[in-house]
Amino acid sequence: MSRILIIAEHDGSTLNPSTAKAVTCASGIDAAEIDVAVFAADAGAVAGEAAVIDGVARVVTIERAENANPVGALIAPQVVAMADGYSHILGPSTTFGKDLMPHVAALLGVNQISDIMAVESSHTFKRPIYAGNAIVTVEAPADHVVVATVRVASFSAAGNGGAADIVAGDASVELPGHTRFVELKSGDSDRPDLQTAAKVVSGGRGVGSEENFALIYALADKLGAGAGASRAAVDAGYCPNEMQVGQTGKIIAPDLYMAVGISGAIQHLTGIKDAGTIVAINKDEEAPIFEVADIGLVGDLFSIVPELTDAL
Amino acid sequence: MDKILVGLKRVVDYNVRVRVKGDGSGVDTDGVKMSINPFDEIALEEALRIKERGEASEVVVVSIGTADAQQQLRTGLAMGADRAILVKTDDTLAPLTVARIFRELIDRESADLVILGKQAIDDDNSQTGQMLAAIWGRPQATFASEVVFDGGSAKVTREVDAGLETIEIDLPAVITVDLRLNEPRYVKLPDIMKAKKKPLDEIEFGDLGVEGSPEIRATAHEPPAAREKGIMVDDVAGLVAALKDKGLA
Ligand SMILES: Cc1cc2nc3c(=O)[nH]c(=O)nc-3n(C[C@H](O)[C@H](O)[C@H](O)COP(=O)(O)OP(=O)(O)OC[C@H]3O[C@@H](n4cnc5c(N)ncnc54)[C@H](O)[C@@H]3O)c2cc1C
Ligand SMILES: Nc1ncnc2c1ncn2[C@@H]1O[C@H](COP(=O)(O)O)[C@@H](O)[C@H]1O
Repeated sequence: MSRILIIAEHDGSTLNPSTAKAVTCASGIDAAEIDVAVFAADAGAVAGEAAVIDGVARVVTIERAENANPVGALIAPQVVAMADGYSHILGPSTTFGKDLMPHVAALLGVNQISDIMAVESSHTFKRPIYAGNAIVTVEAPADHVVVATVRVASFSAAGNGGAADIVAGDASVELPGHTRFVELKSGDSDRPDLQTAAKVVSGGRGVGSEENFALIYALADKLGAGAGASRAAVDAGYCPNEMQVGQTGKIIAPDLYMAVGISGAIQHLTGIKDAGTIVAINKDEEAPIFEVADIGLVGDLFSIVPELTDAL
Repeated sequence: MDKILVGLKRVVDYNVRVRVKGDGSGVDTDGVKMSINPFDEIALEEALRIKERGEASEVVVVSIGTADAQQQLRTGLAMGADRAILVKTDDTLAPLTVARIFRELIDRESADLVILGKQAIDDDNSQTGQMLAAIWGRPQATFASEVVFDGGSAKVTREVDAGLETIEIDLPAVITVDLRLNEPRYVKLPDIMKAKKKPLDEIEFGDLGVEGSPEIRATAHEPPAAREKGIMVDDVAGLVAALKDKGLA
């Protein structure tokens, strides 16, 4: 039987949906018990959200001022301090989890499994390599704790019918003073979050400028969609980095993904492999994006996108 | 700052679309173009700029791999690194073992800063820098898109899912770099000639005295699930109809 600890991701007030997805992954392991750890300055609201996730037995809150912001090097020793007795420690494969979990693994003296996309057994998992061009089955040693990140695009969120106990954990672990949080700058947007949106409209270099990205936003808003971008569009300064989709940006799985003025480089496609329906709008009929598109339309985005926005 | 170590991993070039071998034993890398991991070029470029600003005295590039990795180290020397170290092994080492090797080299070289890529594009692990920071007991600034030094500390801007986060770290430290940190320089022919004279030391992994780590074994490889062939539409009306058909509009 397994005992699994999941590290919750949150922004201080709300739980990130990646946590409920990690619970679904954990439920696929013959789990005796799934606990969720919330590291925060004030864990109240987030712990409440975690406690109702189906399948969670216990929520452990570790409240201290240093946990106000998620700095991996400061959270890791606290995870290690509570690791005893757990067969698995899982985090989301987001920038939060990628920063934290390898640090946890190294402190525990084990290797880490990145981006679990499927659970085969308690110690056997599938994960993507080479930008998703191959899937490898990996087997972790049975006599060590499994530390892993969960590829959030591969799992749906667990439901909300639970009622787990909330208990306070040890908040007295000594922490290093060598790393200090300064600030977080987020472009504020009312659009749905890229990583959970059911629909996403992304623009690429073909969009041409920051001003022209208004076309992408207008279409996204008409569809109630999140807005994304290729790396080339972010590099060119058309939009902020948090919009980047792909191998080194966000890996997403919306029901509908629209790629506008995006050529379809492998590194971009990695980010959308699990999308339900992919629509491509591109003036070059040879663009590789059409090889993966479910619906393709060849033409000039500057006429197509406004027309489509009107027609919807 | 005295010395900066930079990791250069030899990987299949990012333009190559790799294929899984028929027997599932791995991916086919025979005759495929190999390059420096793209993030590692950015790591090296950053180290060179730090040195050129007079904030460090030496840049040492390190690769762990087969003798072939000499090529990538030579390229790193041509870009401007002062010295290279090849830790030779025919085995694929796990990230924790690689981190332990860097930990050992930090002591041998008395390095103050280690700059690595945020991930190697072959195994897409994104682990080594964080593991090194953990076993070294020093700060990690992962996914860096801007680094500014101020005496014994550095302010690092990180690309995170929510936007741009800034942290302050004390040195010595580990930084892992994201794509937008800088644009690596091109190597010029005279630099390639000069690089041939720069020192490239080889050490057998077995002679380093670094212990291995509990291995996660790859037992099978398969190609990703293929997507079904799509349709082409002629105009916006056709697109709207196709979307309605799927209940998406
Ligand atoms: C290590 C590494 C990691 C990377 N990670 C990522 C990643 O995470 N995400 C990512 O996206 N990329 C990533 N890349 C970059 C990737 O290789 C491509 O360079 C990038 O995706 C290209 O972006 P693009 O399609 O917008 O631009 P381009 O390839 O320049 O394509 C622009 C497209 O717009 C079309 N177009 C132009 N004008 C119009 C018009 N008026 N109407 C219609 N179509 C038009 C063109 O036909 C073209 O197909 C990575 C690269 C490396 C090396
Ligand atoms: N074999 C290696 N040789 C040199 N550097 C490496 C090696 N493996 C990993 N690294 C460094 O660690 C970074 C992250 O790798 P990974 O954790 O494997 O994704 C890479 O970008 C390199 O800078």
